[in-house]
Amino acid sequence: MIQLQNVEFGYDKNRKLFNGVNLQLEPGHMYGLLGRNGAGKTTLLKIMTGLLFPQSGDAFIDGEPAYKRTAQQMSDVYFLQEEIYVPHLKIKQFEDAFAPFYPNFSHEQFTEYLREMEMDNMLGFIDKFSHGQKKKVMIAFALATNVPLLIMDEPTNGLDIPTKSIFRKIMAAYADEQKTVLISTHQVRDLHSLIDAVSIIDNGRMILNTSGDVITDKLVFDTNDEKTKEGKLYYSEETPRGIQQVKENVNHIDTPLDLELLFNAAVLNKQEFTEMFK
Amino acid sequence: MDFKSTQTIYRQIENWVFEQILSGAWKPGERAKSVRELAVAFEVNPNTVMRSYEHLQNQEIITNKRGIGFFVNEDAPEKIHAIRKKEFMEEEVPEFLKNMRLLGIDFSEIVNSE
Repeated sequence: MIQLQNVEFGYDKNRKLFNGVNLQLEPGHMYGLLGRNGAGKTTLLKIMTGLLFPQSGDAFIDGEPAYKRTAQQMSDVYFLQEEIYVPHLKIKQFEDAFAPFYPNFSHEQFTEYLREMEMDNMLGFIDKFSHGQKKKVMIAFALATNVPLLIMDEPTNGLDIPTKSIFRKIMAAYADEQKTVLISTHQVRDLHSLIDAVSIIDNGRMILNTSGDVITDKLVFDTNDEKTKEGKLYYSEETPRGIQQVKENVNHIDTPLDLELLFNAAVLNKQEFTEMFK
Repeated sequence: MDFKSTQTIYRQIENWVFEQILSGAWKPGERAKSVRELAVAFEVNPNTVMRSYEHLQNQEIITNKRGIGFFVNEDAPEKIHAIRKKEFMEEEVPEFLKNMRLLGIDFSEIVNSE
């Protein structure tokens, strides 16, 4: 489990990026971390994984401070960064060098994922591959580690269209009750069917961090409809399909969670949403 | 499956299961596809499929046999028929009637167009 308590952090002495961020990630969910450019999503991931230290407050992995970076903690977490570093190694050499750090690493899964992404016949050095190909190798490796805490920063960036679909299939098979997955992304359309919990960060604070079910219990997402006339309007926008809106769910109707609308509504109604999803 | 944005994914999966049973692709007494299989096929979170399956269980369409998996109930096709009919009468018919009124269509026109 990952936990952040009152985390404060800033790269600049006079300007804090985070003023008291609290976050708890529970196993069995795939969290989508959403935030504007520069909101500090990547920084937050680095703090969670013990790569950066909070200036005050605490980050915990498995109940122990993340900065300790014990062998146990490190073998429980895999952080797939957006800007990937690949050494001058062939796929097989990469596996031999890095797989031993992860006790649940599966060679069979790694081979299978590479095959699904059509990377199984790539014999050259990984650092000579295209950006998308490097990404495929790293995704296959990250998922084959079978770590309880998988953190991915923009995993679908650079993937071609067929691979995005394969990625979703692999992720659907990866999810189980023991695993926690956190995906930071702007590409919500690529991943909305997989994400079942949402964390939104804005202006140095978490606005919400909760499951999709809780969100759709409290809010309705739809075009202007007879059934949703009542309730407070939080956000609306004109689209060719009509007015898309986010409203208070007064009549307990089930509507599909729209991550883009939710995000826009959340940043507009920070105070209220923070209260609502406490 | 290409999900519509107007209905929750779990309801769309539920309707897909209804179709499988009504068309005979899934037969009464037989084992239903596992949560994981459907999650992978539809590229959705397994929790979403689980939610559909739980709802299908509550409607007595499928039964969870502990440790073995989900099975299609013997009377599932009849149950689905009843559910579908109720939905049709409560949701589609009023919408249909509303459009008829809006467009000034008379029932005789509908009957003759068949």
